[in-house]
Amino acid sequence: MVVILDYGAGNLASVVRGLRRAGVEAVVSSRHRDVAAAKGIVLPGVGFFDAAMERLRSGGLLGLLEERVLGARVPVLGICLGMQMFTEHSEEGDAAGLGWIRGRTMRFRFEGGVDAPKVPHLGWTAVRRCAEGPLFDALPPLPCFYFAHSYHIACTDAAVVAAEADYGIRFPAAVHWGNIYGTQFHPEKSHDNGARFLRNFVKAAGLA
Amino acid sequence: MHKIRVIPVLLLKHWGIEKSVRFRAGKYVGSPINAARVFNGLNVDELILLDIVAGEEGRGPNAEIVSQIAEETQMPFTVGGGIRTLEQIRVLLQAGVDRVCINTHAVERPEFVREAAEVFGSQCIVVSVDVKRRWTGRHEVFARGGRKATGLAPEAWARRMEEMGAGEILLTSMDRDGTMSGYDVPLIRRVADAVRIPVIACGGAGRVEDFAAAVDGGHASAVAAGAFFLFYGPRRTVLINYPHDDDLARVLGEDRVRRKDFKVLPPSRAY
Repeated sequence: MVVILDYGAGNLASVVRGLRRAGVEAVVSSRHRDVAAAKGIVLPGVGFFDAAMERLRSGGLLGLLEERVLGARVPVLGICLGMQMFTEHSEEGDAAGLGWIRGRTMRFRFEGGVDAPKVPHLGWTAVRRCAEGPLFDALPPLPCFYFAHSYHIACTDAAVVAAEADYGIRFPAAVHWGNIYGTQFHPEKSHDNGARFLRNFVKAAGLA
Repeated sequence: MHKIRVIPVLLLKHWGIEKSVRFRAGKYVGSPINAARVFNGLNVDELILLDIVAGEEGRGPNAEIVSQIAEETQMPFTVGGGIRTLEQIRVLLQAGVDRVCINTHAVERPEFVREAAEVFGSQCIVVSVDVKRRWTGRHEVFARGGRKATGLAPEAWARRMEEMGAGEILLTSMDRDGTMSGYDVPLIRRVADAVRIPVIACGGAGRVEDFAAAVDGGHASAVAAGAFFLFYGPRRTVLINYPHDDDLARVLGEDRVRRKDFKVLPPSRAY
């Protein structure tokens, strides 16, 4: 069973359905025993960095997550905010993250008046793989995925960046390091490319 | 490369889709579930559903239709109609909706937009702005499905909503609505240039060339259409349709169009 962590607000139904279509049953939960028994963990994509981190902290989940993900190497997928939480720190709420990936989360800041890219970054953007790997298997060379975010990550270690996108600046669109997977985009909202991506993740993580 | 979104808008009246002209005299078009399935099968960028009688009936968007559409589609889904409370938004998001559209209640109580953005995040909150040109020549924002004049200028209102935390503006020209005579490009540009958040242009699309005008002339980040995707031909025969990628690429340029010709997934349930 895959557990999708529940830190308060947002659309989790689509993630459940997306994973089901990819061949995995998932349940939304923040209960210790569900997380401890989970074969895979998903950090979903809606909410605020500081509020979500606080929910994990006050739910007593930080230690358990660290043990499962870094110790037992259970596969974890972070979507949008979820991936941002892997970093060490976010400008959003000036809060500490999980620190599983070295790097930080920063707001998009563009100068340039009416020609400057709009924020939030909303919509479909092409993603470019940085290395061969299982996540983008059977996808076209520059697949489009759906993004909805005002913050992006910057990784200290380039080796974890699996794909990049350009929106005013170049930023990591996906990360992969061992059992840790993350996407800035929403695969559950990205039609067939997203469905394929989730299927690739599920296979790469040995979940189905 | 970031793509221009091309978004069908479905107006829901009770259990059927209605299409108005200049916000009046609706024509029944068909089942919203069916239309959503068709658009999902065509792999469209995003879908907006507005329940146009919810507000006057004192309720939020039709929950049953919304959840069925959310269940069957794998694309971003924005819903609006009579939204006045945080609890309504929470329930919609839990049902699988990605973004909510707030219109009249934002005018009645602008603080509500800030409250919603603070709880759910700006990228969940779209403020819908309906605009009509008065006899004086000036544009004015209208609420209550176009029935109530607000005295607000569109650019100033959009800026205020941005300050309150709206993530996006859906700008609809009431005068162009349903006419398929082209977008009100100067209006779109004034609003888009006034804010740093994305603006979706709506009202008047009749040809793919109109999309280019809204984006290049109007600085819109996305284009939406109702009648253009629901009718076909001079007699406005009901036919749900969506432009081919090649036609979109011809007017917007290849690199701004998302190619949807990857294999389309079958529907998640038989019907």
